[in-house]
Amino acid sequence: MNSDKITRIVLYSFSFLIILVAGGMVFSLVGGAIPAIKTFGLQFIWSNVWDPTEGSENYGALPFIAGTLITSFVALILCLPLSLATSLFLGEYFRNTRIARIIGLMVDLLAGIPSIVYGLWGFYVLRPFLIDMGFENQGFGVFTSSLILAIMIIPYATSLGNEIISMVPNDLKEAAYSMGATRMEVISTVILPTARSGIFAGYILAFGRALGETMAVTMLIGNSNRVPDSFFGTGNTMASVIANQFGEADGLKLSSLIVIGLLLFLITGIVNGIGKLIIKKMG
Amino acid sequence: MNALHQIDTSKRRLLKDRIFYWLVIAMAGLTISPIVLIISKLIAKGYKQISFEFIIRNTPDTYEAMTAISNNELIPGGIANGITGTLLMVVLAAIIAIPVGIITGIYLYENQGKRLANLTRNISDIIQGVPSIVLGLIAYLWIVKNVTNGYSALAGSVSLSIMMLPMIIRSTEETLKMIPQTLKEAGLALGVPYYKVILKILVPTGFSGLLTGILLAISRVMGETAPLMLTALGSSVINLNISEPTSAIPLLIWEFYNDPNMVDLIWSSSLLLMGIVLLLNIVSKQIAAKRK
Repeated sequence: MNSDKITRIVLYSFSFLIILVAGGMVFSLVGGAIPAIKTFGLQFIWSNVWDPTEGSENYGALPFIAGTLITSFVALILCLPLSLATSLFLGEYFRNTRIARIIGLMVDLLAGIPSIVYGLWGFYVLRPFLIDMGFENQGFGVFTSSLILAIMIIPYATSLGNEIISMVPNDLKEAAYSMGATRMEVISTVILPTARSGIFAGYILAFGRALGETMAVTMLIGNSNRVPDSFFGTGNTMASVIANQFGEADGLKLSSLIVIGLLLFLITGIVNGIGKLIIKKMG
Repeated sequence: MNALHQIDTSKRRLLKDRIFYWLVIAMAGLTISPIVLIISKLIAKGYKQISFEFIIRNTPDTYEAMTAISNNELIPGGIANGITGTLLMVVLAAIIAIPVGIITGIYLYENQGKRLANLTRNISDIIQGVPSIVLGLIAYLWIVKNVTNGYSALAGSVSLSIMMLPMIIRSTEETLKMIPQTLKEAGLALGVPYYKVILKILVPTGFSGLLTGILLAISRVMGETAPLMLTALGSSVINLNISEPTSAIPLLIWEFYNDPNMVDLIWSSSLLLMGIVLLLNIVSKQIAAKRK
């Protein structure tokens, strides 16, 4: 066999390894989930009981699915105006300037801050601030978590939007200017409609990020195993319940946590898939 | 009358335009304010504790910390066990992820449009979207349960390496795409074996790009806490055995956060962690900027 053939086989087999790793991930999660699925069936998804009492163990994922979707959705809404403004700042108003490079670097650095540091900052700075402002009594709960999540996902929502906005063809914009449009009118009638699907895809990917965030949310959501009863109520997310309860878990409880992990895997997979599909359609 | 009306609306439009302009600037300023606030908070509260001691000594126990606090002294000890643990696990994760990631990236570059390549690329994207805590669960099921029969540095490294893989694959492919085809063709035309074209032309030419991707991937996994809670667990002493439980800086921050006596240590540990992560980030950005 000649060396070119061997090289090709090596390349090929490493690529196959990636597929194997992904397959193994799904296989192990499903394997670990089987005991809980066998015991609780599909009801696991919409049951809101979380009772670890020995002998009458009963687990359901609804509070955590609800907590995850609610916090991530609120985070997305909160991050929308901020990241859109930042995208416009970087991709339109100050495109290719020194100040845009610096601001862009700082937005990138936001993505580099470890989740646990966000959690600490949320706990020791943001939470007391919210209490002082009279928003909350204890400062734990859905709103505080969503606020910190919003900050965490801004870089993901911004980077794609900023790129797409800066790619809007100049002749389109110039045509609008020549008709006497102001810059704001150019943005609202030309740039945003042209860049719409790209900006939207960025938000979906950011939403996917928010779904899986663990540490910061765990430190701020209050960790109560129920469906959040209000905007300021406490709750738990899929990721945070795994982080919180994993240490003392075995048997059925461990298996239930693995089911939650599998569900989280599926939900983030679907959300990211939709985002990637939109990007692909744009070409 | 009509002309006056027109002047009025155009004035209003210009005013609106101005307001929108300043609104965008204000919101962009608000967006980046957390990074300034977080870093200044970490420095203000953490710098006192940072010293040579802090880097070379292990974490104190709760009792030592309590005594120091009641005597109004700085908490003794440091986070050497966390620093060494983070280094051990990140290096091991890099050793696993770099070759696999780069070779797969080369494969994707060399097989644009082919079915297996597209599948691999999509799967790599899916892995990139998997929450880190789920990767922790997977490394737990693979390594903790079946290989090391207990929490271990190896399990931690495996979870981190799965996280690094898609980032390295993507950056490798993107880097190679930017290399002129003619360079590669020149090599092939001279009859250079395929593997030598890869090792002597593609990799060296794209080296800074590959390095950027690797450094960014390392900086991302360095601050990960969640997967390590499920795999490496933690340790109060320095451990360099990959089949034993090991500490890491983020794990220590989590422990300090949960122990009222140790709370003073969270800021200095976070400051150190942030310092390393941001340094790696900025260095990799600098390398990338120079390339362009």
